Amino acid sequence: MKETQTIENKATNTQQTERISGSEAIVRCLLAEGVDIIYGYPGGAIMPVYDELYKYQDKIHHVLTRHEQGATHSAQGYARISGKVGVAMATSGPGATNLVTGIADAQIDSTPMVCITGQVASHLLGSDAFQETDIVGISTPVTKWNHQITKASEIPEVMAKAFYIAKSGRPGPVLIDITKDAQFEEFDFVYEKCTGVRSYKPVPETDIKSVEAAAELINNAKKPLVVWGQGVILSEAEEAFKAFIEKAGIPSAWTILGVSAIPTEHPLNVGMLGMHGNYAPNVLTNECDVLIAIGMRFDDRVTGKLDEYAQQAKVIHFEIDPAEVDKNVKTDVAVLGDAKASLEAILPFIHKNTHTEWHQKFKDLYEIEYEKVIKHDLHPTKEGLTMGEVLHQINLESKGEAAIVSDVGQHQMIACRYAKFNQTKSNITSGGLGTMGFGLPAAIGAKMAAPEREVVSISGDGGYQMTIQELGTIFQQKTAVKIVVLNNDFLGMVRQWQQLFFDKRYASTEMTNPDFVAIAKGYYINARRVTKREELAEAVAEMMASKEAYFLEVCVEKEGNVFPMVPSGASVSDIRLS
Amino acid sequence: MEKELKQFTVSVYTENNIGLLNRISAIFQRRHINIESINSSVSEIESVSRWTIVVNLSEEQMKKIIGQIEKQVEVIKAYYHTEEEIIYQESCIFKMKSDLLFDERQIQNIIKDSNARIVTVNRQFFVIEKSGRKEEIELLHRELSVFGIMQFTRSGRISVSKEEMKISKMLAAFNH
Ligand SMILES: Cc1ncc(C[n+]2csc(CCOP(=O)(O)OP(=O)(O)O)c2C)c(N)n1
Repeated sequence: MKETQTIENKATNTQQTERISGSEAIVRCLLAEGVDIIYGYPGGAIMPVYDELYKYQDKIHHVLTRHEQGATHSAQGYARISGKVGVAMATSGPGATNLVTGIADAQIDSTPMVCITGQVASHLLGSDAFQETDIVGISTPVTKWNHQITKASEIPEVMAKAFYIAKSGRPGPVLIDITKDAQFEEFDFVYEKCTGVRSYKPVPETDIKSVEAAAELINNAKKPLVVWGQGVILSEAEEAFKAFIEKAGIPSAWTILGVSAIPTEHPLNVGMLGMHGNYAPNVLTNECDVLIAIGMRFDDRVTGKLDEYAQQAKVIHFEIDPAEVDKNVKTDVAVLGDAKASLEAILPFIHKNTHTEWHQKFKDLYEIEYEKVIKHDLHPTKEGLTMGEVLHQINLESKGEAAIVSDVGQHQMIACRYAKFNQTKSNITSGGLGTMGFGLPAAIGAKMAAPEREVVSISGDGGYQMTIQELGTIFQQKTAVKIVVLNNDFLGMVRQWQQLFFDKRYASTEMTNPDFVAIAKGYYINARRVTKREELAEAVAEMMASKEAYFLEVCVEKEGNVFPMVPSGASVSDIRLS
Repeated sequence: MEKELKQFTVSVYTENNIGLLNRISAIFQRRHINIESINSSVSEIESVSRWTIVVNLSEEQMKKIIGQIEKQVEVIKAYYHTEEEIIYQESCIFKMKSDLLFDERQIQNIIKDSNARIVTVNRQFFVIEKSGRKEEIELLHRELSVFGIMQFTRSGRISVSKEEMKISKMLAAFNH
């Protein structure tokens, strides 16, 4: 640790230069940026950097994932739980293309990540050389920024810029492609952190007039509704957000990336928005008089049919990215800027309120949802385990302290709906891209970034098998993640749509599955399968008590459905309870 | 509910960057918006490039696209203007058979009346160049096409705005 310090000091100490290779410079840049863990996979075009990583292994921990996609998702999980920049590394060609899914996921979910890829030597560029691929071209539409380095002397400046861009403003993925000759080349290294890029304005200035206009609308509102997203977490605005909604007394609903910003049990939390969200906030979106969106982007899974979304309401949008304003929903007042700064600015203008009657409407609708859906999910009496009761057991054990990392599908919606959170940055899931296979590797990254925390990965039998090979990483790294597979022998979410909208024609959604317990045991991971309700509580308790990685397969009912549901193309207030 | 399409001229000030063309054109391509013309050149500011892009779309779409363009890290600022708000030129060149110059006397008049000019003449062909507004070029093209055109090409639009764009002030502010 001490040595890292000295290297860091040397590196940030601007005046001193040292003659080193490009590949060593890359590692030194990572150290100067405070990187302690990177996820990656070696290969020809990145070997010089790996050689340096070998020398610096006591300062940077390189995690060998079992697939480059796993490296990106692990870097994402690391970033999402810590707020720091995740780093993934791969060789040229197939190594680089294997990163693309994770990069696209990080782009749409605003996750700070830096990907470093090796590239063929610069004199071979464009010659279809072995493992040459135009990764800069390929990754352009899914990166916040990318750049190819062909000279070692460019490395410090470009790397500094990469970290700055990835983390600042609305975060996102950056890819840096480095030719092999630039890795070998020696040059005079000096590192300076990037503090600004002339053409790039990460945070727009907050206009106090818009703050006042927003406050006036909020103060005059009779039925205000807050809808918040990940922006609250990304700008670390949790406290400011809580202070704001508490003073204004506004019922507040979340997107699946925004949840955990305030504790689930907070009295103003009225639940999840969107397609499989809660009944009350969806229905009452079309009844509120002022809709206050904070750090969210009106994704179509949240809004349903746009022409019938909150048409009656005045809309206020707190947003860091000017391109999001009026993109999907027309706003009456846009408060541009960082969510934390804007919320702190508006607080003094806000009148105290309670909106008691308006709150009662949420409670009434919750009761309906509880009777029709929630009760049967969490406390089923009929045969067949439900996904909801598994989540309920996990909640009982975790007491809201665990981070929940979900994959994509029915189990994801159930996890987001029912998981309880006391801490922020605790719901890690692939929201915008809906990337099956995200969960397991993301859980690895999350656990490594926050080893003191309980990290529970929840996947379906489909998505789990998309990145199942990362069990190897868990075994090798001794990562104590808890792995739950909710096995319904179906690609459940697609099957649900087939049942509801394609007359039960289950085209290619039935899965003949392997012995998941045997597979986990093959990686020397403790494993157990539960098929009966009587065993569930004890099995979950055993898993949560384990000090090591633990795999739990729960065989749930095969054709369970997730409700409520806003059918695609329908209005949020036409949400179905069955 | 089709929104009315209008022609807009977009001016984008950028850092010189190899990959940027890709990023900018992808913004239009993703939304199935055809780029009528695109031109990239140096600008009035040292080391800043200026792009002029002509597109047909609704104003609402235009605003969203400007947001997406400005979001790119290497874009300094983007503006859009209607035709009334800019002074613009496009240019074109025609290659035609030299005989026509002697056999078809009207050609000389057409060239003169349209303020075009002859760039070069040799035994086989001559070349006409014309700069002007879109309609002027279209008219000249129609008039010459009856005689047979060997080759025709037309440049992207270049334009300046009537109003100040305040870009230099922005850059000056950054340098402080
Ligand atoms: C990589 C990828 N491929 C396909 C899909 C489409 N898709 C969404 S949910 C789903 C089914 C997921 O099944 P499973 O992992 O078993 O989870 P379940 O829905 O049963 O909980 C599919 C195929 C996707 N989201 N991601």
